[in-house]
Amino acid sequence: MKIAGRKVPFTAYIGGVIVVLALIMILFAPWIAPYPQTKIVGGVWDTPNPHDWLGTDSIGRDMLSRLIYGGRTSVSIALIATCLTMIIGVGLGFVAASTSKLVDNIISRVVDILLAMPILIFGLMVFAVLGTSIPIMIITISVLESTRVFRLARAVAMNITVMDYVQVARLRGEGIGWVIFREILPNALPPLVAEFGLRFCFTFLFIASLSFLGLGIQPPAADWGSMVHDNAQAIAFGGYAPLFPAGAIAIVTIGVNLVVDWLLSIHALPAGAGAEI
Amino acid sequence: MSAAKNDMLLQIRGLRIEASNGAVLTDGIDLDLRRGEVLGLIGESGAGKSTLGLAPLVYARAGCSITGGEILLAGQDLRKLDTNGRRSLRGVRVAYVAQSAAAAFNPSMTLMAQVCEGPIRHGLMNRREAEAKAIELFAALDLPEPKTFGQRYPHEASGGQLQRAMAAMAMSCQPDLLVLDEPTTALDVTTQIEVLAKLRELIHEHNTAALYVTHDLSVVAQIADRIMVLRHGKMVETGTTNDILMTPREAYTTALVAERKAAMSGHGVAEAARGETVLTVDDVTIKYGPVTAVKNISFTVSRGETVAVVGESGSGKSTLAYAAIGQIEAAGGAFRFGQAALPPSFKKRSLEQRQRIQLIYQLPDIALNPRQKISDILGRPVAFFEKLSGAAVKARVAELLTLVGLPLDYTERFPGQLSGGQKQRICIARALAARPELVICDEVTSALDPLVAEDILKLLKQLQDELGVSYLFITHDLGTVKRIAHRVVVMLKGQMVAEGATSDIFETPPDDYTRKLLLSVPEMRTDWLDEALTRRDIWRAGPAALPA
Repeated sequence: MKIAGRKVPFTAYIGGVIVVLALIMILFAPWIAPYPQTKIVGGVWDTPNPHDWLGTDSIGRDMLSRLIYGGRTSVSIALIATCLTMIIGVGLGFVAASTSKLVDNIISRVVDILLAMPILIFGLMVFAVLGTSIPIMIITISVLESTRVFRLARAVAMNITVMDYVQVARLRGEGIGWVIFREILPNALPPLVAEFGLRFCFTFLFIASLSFLGLGIQPPAADWGSMVHDNAQAIAFGGYAPLFPAGAIAIVTIGVNLVVDWLLSIHALPAGAGAEI
Repeated sequence: MSAAKNDMLLQIRGLRIEASNGAVLTDGIDLDLRRGEVLGLIGESGAGKSTLGLAPLVYARAGCSITGGEILLAGQDLRKLDTNGRRSLRGVRVAYVAQSAAAAFNPSMTLMAQVCEGPIRHGLMNRREAEAKAIELFAALDLPEPKTFGQRYPHEASGGQLQRAMAAMAMSCQPDLLVLDEPTTALDVTTQIEVLAKLRELIHEHNTAALYVTHDLSVVAQIADRIMVLRHGKMVETGTTNDILMTPREAYTTALVAERKAAMSGHGVAEAARGETVLTVDDVTIKYGPVTAVKNISFTVSRGETVAVVGESGSGKSTLAYAAIGQIEAAGGAFRFGQAALPPSFKKRSLEQRQRIQLIYQLPDIALNPRQKISDILGRPVAFFEKLSGAAVKARVAELLTLVGLPLDYTERFPGQLSGGQKQRICIARALAARPELVICDEVTSALDPLVAEDILKLLKQLQDELGVSYLFITHDLGTVKRIAHRVVVMLKGQMVAEGATSDIFETPPDDYTRKLLLSVPEMRTDWLDEALTRRDIWRAGPAALPA
């Protein structure tokens, strides 16, 4: 198969399958999970068996069901947070690039201050003050991650605002809305789409780390990060319960990255790169 | 080189170069070049002339490869060389001079280090010998202070000096063959003469063969023994320089020669009495920080008139255009449109003022948004200025396309699907969409091939007759001025040195600089350079000795 005049590589197919499976999990969790996520169905850390395909967790709940429900929470929160991240980051980046130097300086310096603080420490501080709930978590993550997106969006937009066609629109007297949405955005789309994929991975891992630290999604609701945390002790007893959620995190991250790499390759490569030497 | 003067040096047989997407860049090209001979490769952009020029280096640009034919250098098939063989060929036996020397030099190394790199890396000379040789070449190329010139970094030398330094670099290994890829295209006419003269001298002295790639027939006439005309990757015609210029056989060559002749011939615009004044430039001064780019310029543009602002790079002519449109704010003086003074910044100008003055840019590629359809590009200014919508906009867009001579179904195309000339037509249509009284044209033809540029000039003239617009025409090309302008403003280093009706300026240049500028435009005959050099020598003896 060819997309955008290029053969789709094998790795992109693998990534695509993983992403599609993750989406199915989000949408249909209650129908495909064999048990409810909080129901205790067996002993502590049962090994995989015909009833519980992936065994049970630290208090005897079905691991597969919790993995499916957990995926629903982890992936969907990451998706919402990433969308919000992109909207904030790209919005501010474009405004900074296409209005006055003063506005650019103010936004850029505020972003510099946020960038100067380690993201996890800053997140912990916010949760300590405001408490942990899903909306607060999503907003905090979006604001922190958007500083990274801002940098890229501003740089991309800077290269486009110097183009003569943007000057033409400005000289005509077009407002900032037209300049941003009609002149800049369509030309900035490819790198931003790729950035979306990368940001999703980082957000996803960030949520997992917060949950692992006990600050993310609160029990008894399942999510992959806290599942690793809850079942971590099993390793000491030779069990492999935490490997399932940890593996799921790894697989989704890799899957999304494979798709992103492919998108990047479409965008970045000049037609048939490589001179004859 | 012990070889005899007229030995066959380069033979290319059936050369075929393809891009990875299957496009054929050159096909079935045969070429012979003897020692001491210069072959001019002429053609429009995309003709494959640069691609062919790189072939003797067994090099194809990214995404392209040489897929057929033979390249014989002194009887040896270069395509059969391995990587090491090719490496020891390049720079030593075949050397390359790039079009833009300013972009081709490494900005963080001194010129001496870069000129000596070839002979030292190839193990031909040690550093001391290489530097001595470089100084010798600098002196031969008439570079200032040859002994210390090499200590400069590229940004410390002018464009013409860099182009000569690059020629020194190419000659440092005493190659058998020199490939010159548009070496004077980026230079001002007054600098071009010097570089051409020195290149010619160098080639003759070393009995080097050369391939001279260019799109300009008058330039190639000064330096080439033979000319090969290329189009769409195929050879159109080949012959001695005089034959091609005087008795071209093919229709395409005839058109090229005719276009140049038109540029050379007399002033073709009737200068009627001046009408109502549209734009007044009154004592305008423009600064970039502490640097004064334009100083105390005053002139006027009347209705239905074309005023050309001519100057070399750095003369401030484009700065003046941007100040007139309000993109740059003038530091002193004022622009008046009709009777009303124009605020310096476009932001403070009224909708009416923004509408009646339009700008057409030099590079149509970046003047059109690649993600907008032609219908949007032309429709938006119509809707914006004339407050139209729906079918009225569509009708006006169709009218504009007809005006600039493009088919109506182009509305559904994106700019990437148009050729360079068509894109420039769209830019013209976009300016006309505002129903302007004054159109500022900033080097609108300099990025286009000669024949395409000629069509654009004809279109602009025709539109002026039909619509009565005035043009402020910024250009460095005196041939263009002759063909379109009623009046000329000559600028030098930000100052106005001459102003008047075109015929007056061309027939009796009022000052030394204008005279020098006019005499520096190459003419399409083989003995022009010698004449120009003689004139220059007289000039140097004293301007008074110059024939009127």
